[in-house]
Amino acid sequence: MNMLSPQRQRLVVIGNGMAGMRTISELLARTPHRYDITVFGAEPHPNYDRIALSSVLAGEKTLDEIVINSRAWYDENHIRLITSDAAVSIDRVARTVTSASGLVAPYDKLLLATGSKPLVPPLPGLTLPGVCTFRDIADVNQMITASETQKRAVVIGGGLLGLEAAWGLKRRGMSVAVVHLMPTLMERQLDVAAGTLLQRDLDERGIAFFTNGQTEEITGTERATGVKLADGREVPADIVVVAIGIRPNVDLGRACGLEVNRGIVVGDDMATADPDIFGVGECIEHRGQVFGLVLPIWEQAKVCAARLAGDEDATYVTPPLSTKLKITGIDVFSAGALSAAAEEDEELIYQDKKRGTYRKLVLRDNRIVGTVLYGEVKDGPWYVQQMRDGADIEAIRDRLILGEAAASLTGTLDPTAKVKALADSAEICGCNGVCKGTITSKITELKLTTLDGVRAHTKASASCGSCTPLVEGLLLLTAGVDAKAAGPKPMCKCTAHGHAFVRKAIVADSMKTIPEVMNRLGWLRPDGCHSCRPALNYYLLCAWPGEYVDDQQSRFVNERNHANIQKDGTYSVIPRMWGGQTNPRELRAIADVADKFGIPEMKVTGGQRIDLLGVKREDLPAVWADLNAAGMVSGHAYGKALRTVKTCVGSTWCRFGTQDSTSMGVALEKMTWGSWHPHKVKLAVSGCPRNCAEATIKDFGVIAVDSGWELHIGGNGGIHLRGTDLLCKVERPDEVLEYCGAFLQLYREEAYYLDRTAPYLERVGLDYVKAQVVENAENRRALYDRFLYAQTFAQHDPWAAQNENTTFKTLVPAE
Amino acid sequence: MDGSIISGAQGTQWVEVARLGDIPRLGSRVVSAPKGDVAIFRTSDDSVFALDDHCPHKGGPLSQGIVHGHNVTCPLHNWVIDLSTGEAQAPDIGCVKRTPVRLEGDRILLALRA
Ligand code: SRM
Ligand SMILES: Cc1cc2nc3c(=O)[nH]c(=O)nc-3n(C[C@H](O)[C@H](O)[C@H](O)COP(=O)(O)OP(=O)(O)OC[C@H]3O[C@@H](n4cnc5c(N)ncnc54)[C@H](O)[C@@H]3O)c2cc1C
Ligand code: SF4
Ligand code: FES
Repeated sequence: MNMLSPQRQRLVVIGNGMAGMRTISELLARTPHRYDITVFGAEPHPNYDRIALSSVLAGEKTLDEIVINSRAWYDENHIRLITSDAAVSIDRVARTVTSASGLVAPYDKLLLATGSKPLVPPLPGLTLPGVCTFRDIADVNQMITASETQKRAVVIGGGLLGLEAAWGLKRRGMSVAVVHLMPTLMERQLDVAAGTLLQRDLDERGIAFFTNGQTEEITGTERATGVKLADGREVPADIVVVAIGIRPNVDLGRACGLEVNRGIVVGDDMATADPDIFGVGECIEHRGQVFGLVLPIWEQAKVCAARLAGDEDATYVTPPLSTKLKITGIDVFSAGALSAAAEEDEELIYQDKKRGTYRKLVLRDNRIVGTVLYGEVKDGPWYVQQMRDGADIEAIRDRLILGEAAASLTGTLDPTAKVKALADSAEICGCNGVCKGTITSKITELKLTTLDGVRAHTKASASCGSCTPLVEGLLLLTAGVDAKAAGPKPMCKCTAHGHAFVRKAIVADSMKTIPEVMNRLGWLRPDGCHSCRPALNYYLLCAWPGEYVDDQQSRFVNERNHANIQKDGTYSVIPRMWGGQTNPRELRAIADVADKFGIPEMKVTGGQRIDLLGVKREDLPAVWADLNAAGMVSGHAYGKALRTVKTCVGSTWCRFGTQDSTSMGVALEKMTWGSWHPHKVKLAVSGCPRNCAEATIKDFGVIAVDSGWELHIGGNGGIHLRGTDLLCKVERPDEVLEYCGAFLQLYREEAYYLDRTAPYLERVGLDYVKAQVVENAENRRALYDRFLYAQTFAQHDPWAAQNENTTFKTLVPAE
Repeated sequence: MDGSIISGAQGTQWVEVARLGDIPRLGSRVVSAPKGDVAIFRTSDDSVFALDDHCPHKGGPLSQGIVHGHNVTCPLHNWVIDLSTGEAQAPDIGCVKRTPVRLEGDRILLALRA
């Protein structure tokens, strides 16, 4: 307990939270004896790290571990701590604070640090047992207890708090759904691109999302049983966590007549309208701004403590703020502006889809004013520093988006140090027995500048690839080239080789089976993984048509089962409808199949054909047999293969049609069906430039004009919209077929697995494709011939001859 | 399949469910068991494993996934499950129930409760 001494002033703090206690710590550091301090805390606990509640919920920390100031600390500093007793009124004339239990504490200086309250909308059902918020230890305890006995949780709110709550509950074994009002998550801290990536990653971790979801009601009578959305969707739940935001806790300030807007208004000196009453933390408003993160609060605490200690000059300025999400393994960072707001603003964007990383910088007058980082965030603080310094980035603009290491010339380690130290006789490549001296002399002698070059001429790093970093170091040391910067990414964790290298090696070294490729190229895991095996299977299939035996076990489920797997383990079946044309016989057969097998849903697809959804695995062969019997074949809606050829009605019926686009579409589909590709391939033919078949977002699009056919390539209507590039114009239908086959073959032979034509085209360039397909007639015909040759092996309906396939059958234990 | 039952401890019955040849290498087959479908996997070294055919993530049919090493990748969202422990590989968290299984010659025997 504190000693009473007449010289000392009395300081009362309302709110035993992060802002209040930080201010007191700062104050004690400056002047330990100036005040007799009394602290009122509504919660029963000493001051703890509220931020870490997310980690407690996720089971990564215990409550004991998050205490910041133990009760002993209060004692040592002679602070009178009153817990579980909220202050209920302030008498500014008598200068006293009264608590709920009736305690009256007189003050000379008063500090308001009451934080904020969870924002709760006026929803029916809000008071049902099973509904809680996410603000304090009591809330977390309630959630942990619920997770031990209950199964399903719904979190309302897809902001930082809501997502951390969802992740914590997920980690505790609940099945979790998040209802979010906006179309993308964390929309106040992330732009649409990053918000979308975040949702995808969380979705993969098993959290379900209901975006654009306006909660209308929490259902239940005894206790919460779910939430109902305005659009009629209902989400069942055993507990409902409301985490849609916070509102400054201003009740006491307002009641005693202080100026209050959104928060209790304070000046740059952290004092309210009453010079003896100060405010810090989430309960205040400073220059129109309210707060929800600790970084600015630490600044406020510093300034407020300085003022309380008698420093008349201390002034508060809000620092640039940044956000991080605390979900293990998901890295998100954002600061400042999320996107260009004014006309003179610019955006720099860099995205690596495969690695799932995304970076955006918002620039104004050559200065960074905002950044959003996803997947790789280590440069975040550096960008914020540049923002804070108002640094002119003109000189490093070209490298800026790559981060600090690329942008600054200092601070990088010398990557050659390790290899420099080695003797010429030191063995670098164990697989092929190549020494340092051999490699460096070849590099000099043959003027090698690439890793592939060194591999070709010395065999070093050409097998298992584990010495690749050393070889790269030697290239840098000897030839001054940074192979790493330019070097290809490995296919997956099973190998150090990139797609291009493997594709070339398969052809150059006549490798004919997956185990052979893995052995000779030194795969690190004996049978690879789900990522490299399908790629190798395709590369071999493409390289050795008619010779390579397709490896079913290296095919993704859809391609192995010739149907698309659905979320409940059933399948969808889509028969081919050539060029989108059909007839009563086919429609009847489809209807009969649906009846016979009790298929729950039928749908017209975006690809102009009919989808039968919900087919059981065991029924697949019989469904196909019936469709086959009516003359229909697989639509390959499941394959990295030719999908659909969309057409419009064309000149046969349409008053604007210039050519018979439907027949052209059918001819193209008859030529290309069954072909396997690095990714799916879609075609379309429109009868005139009105383009009703949307040919300009297809992999190969044809638009009929009076004088012939325009051929377009590299379109994509999917995740990243890309309009086609015009390849050329031709006059005759047979030319359309030849150019199409040639372009597809070029793509088949050169693209990396899972690159569609759009990224392939962006990689090699339109001019290159024109040179191969348009300008070089001989090459075009050779490509076309190779395509047609491969098709003689590919055009067998995979649905036929599955009748015998017993692997679709479930085994039954013997009696 | 000829029926052969070998009784084990605590009422466990080893029931023949398939011959090794019924399952392709790096492949799997589904067995219908009293408590739900069980997936039997055969790896490249001819080991066999049996797990519930139900991914801990969202219930995907593991039997339809790609088998590699002693792992299977779930066909729905690519969680990788360790066949020998039933555990999901980090960063994912979850576990699938295993059923004891053994090879006797080329006969695959599954421990099913009597
Ligand atoms: C069924 C269908 C939706 C519908 O009901 O209309 C559909 C369904 C699926 N699409 Fe699609 N897409 C369908 C037309 C489209 C279209 C429209 C079109 O083809 O004109 C597009 C945009 C055009 C394009 O591809 O450029 C489209 C762009 C995608 C994408 C994004 C591809 C991209 O390159 O960005 C994916 C994801 C992927 O492939 O990785 C995708 C993936 C899927 C998957 C395979 C998702 C999955 O992995 O399970 C869905 C399978 C459902 C199933 O089991 O049947 N679907 N999908 C359409 C089937 C057409 C058909 O007859 O075969
Ligand atoms: C789960 C969670 C995760 C978070 N994660 C982050 C993060 O990653 N990064 C970040 O920067 N910020 C984060 N925050 C926000 C951060 O915790 C707050 O900004 C910070 O705690 C605010 O401090 P404060 O003192 O203003 O309020 P609080 O810490 O809430 O303290 C206010 C205290 O005052 C008490 N009180 C209120 N009224 C009275 C009264 N009348 N009488 C007595 N006592 C009263 C309250 O009970 C409370 O204990 C997170 C918050 C939560 C809830
Ligand atoms: S059908 Fe296509 S757009 Fe629709 S949910 Fe599936 S992938 Fe998404
Ligand atoms: S259901 Fe298996 S990974 Fe999602």
